[in-house]
Amino acid sequence: MADRDVKAMAESIEAPSFDNVAFTTPPDLSKATVAVVTSASLHHEDQEDFAPNDIGYRVLDNDNRDYQTGHWSPNFDSVGFAADFNTVIPLDRLDELAAQGKIGKVASTHLSYAGNQFDLSAVRMDSGPAGAKLLKDEGVDVVLLTPV
Amino acid sequence: MSTLAHIFEEAGLATVTLGSIRKQIESTAPPRGLWCDFPLGRPLGKPGDTEFQHRVLAHAFSLLDATEPVFEEFGESLADEESEGLSCPLPPRTNADLHPAVDEVRGLRPAYDRAIAQYGNRAATGRVISADEIEDALSAFVRVAEGTPWKEAGIPGIPARVAQDIRGYYEVAGLGLSDHIPAAWTGTNWFLDDTEGGKVVLSARAAMRDAGEKQPIWFYMAPGDR
Repeated sequence: MADRDVKAMAESIEAPSFDNVAFTTPPDLSKATVAVVTSASLHHEDQEDFAPNDIGYRVLDNDNRDYQTGHWSPNFDSVGFAADFNTVIPLDRLDELAAQGKIGKVASTHLSYAGNQFDLSAVRMDSGPAGAKLLKDEGVDVVLLTPV
Repeated sequence: MSTLAHIFEEAGLATVTLGSIRKQIESTAPPRGLWCDFPLGRPLGKPGDTEFQHRVLAHAFSLLDATEPVFEEFGESLADEESEGLSCPLPPRTNADLHPAVDEVRGLRPAYDRAIAQYGNRAATGRVISADEIEDALSAFVRVAEGTPWKEAGIPGIPARVAQDIRGYYEVAGLGLSDHIPAAWTGTNWFLDDTEGGKVVLSARAAMRDAGEKQPIWFYMAPGDR
């Protein structure tokens, strides 16, 4: 198993393109509320596991970091996350940045989607905008997106 | 991730997207993209390395200063890290009446429990089966490898999902046997190449493939390059 071999397989998957690139100017980072959105299929133990081709998201409570991965793909290393969740969702690091005043605060809510998606139309039309609205309503300014 | 970045920006959220596969992040071109040449599954690079993770975040958040779409590359690559390998002692046979994989699972249980106590159960077992059910699941895969049709072998769930729990059991046991956090993929390679349990999963997968079962049923029981 070599990481480059798996990446080579993934490179063949057609990636969506966007004709128009929306660009939101953030507030000063030292005043911004920062959330993490990951495609690692994370969920809390008491939440519904991800189904194959699950286009939905799970809401992750910042105060309860018992996250587990429900990813269906075997094509990534999960030991890094097993040993240190910050490898995927770096909330301890964000806490430290907030304590240093480099970011305003860590959001109370984060999101996880499932990364092994081949048809993204439902995400683009439905769960993506719904997740964005949820974070906006929570007062989030900046989102860090981490892939798995 | 890059697709979500476009959607979130449209909704008025400023985003920074980390990317592990250069071609993908370049193609989808999120408003602010940072390609990190790290192993898949480790978007912040190094587990347990606070300073490294902060360097990634510092670069990522610096992109928020851009006044137009921006794409940059993180300056440190971890692409060759997998060459380190993982060497874990495997338990000796203790019960010759058991299949070697089942005997092995029992022998690894203390290491598994030790790792769960230290790190929690984030990617180990529980998708379909618990640690207590790994033996039975492996026994079912042994039957498949010996020729029993998979639907008649007693696999306690979708084969790929059960295989993930078995892999998770071993990888976390390997974590418990190691004095450091293993390099990316080395836990997987150790499981698939060095353990009896890995051999059983790969043998069952091959048997299903050779029996003409539908590809999605067996293919995802192991990484795609296997």
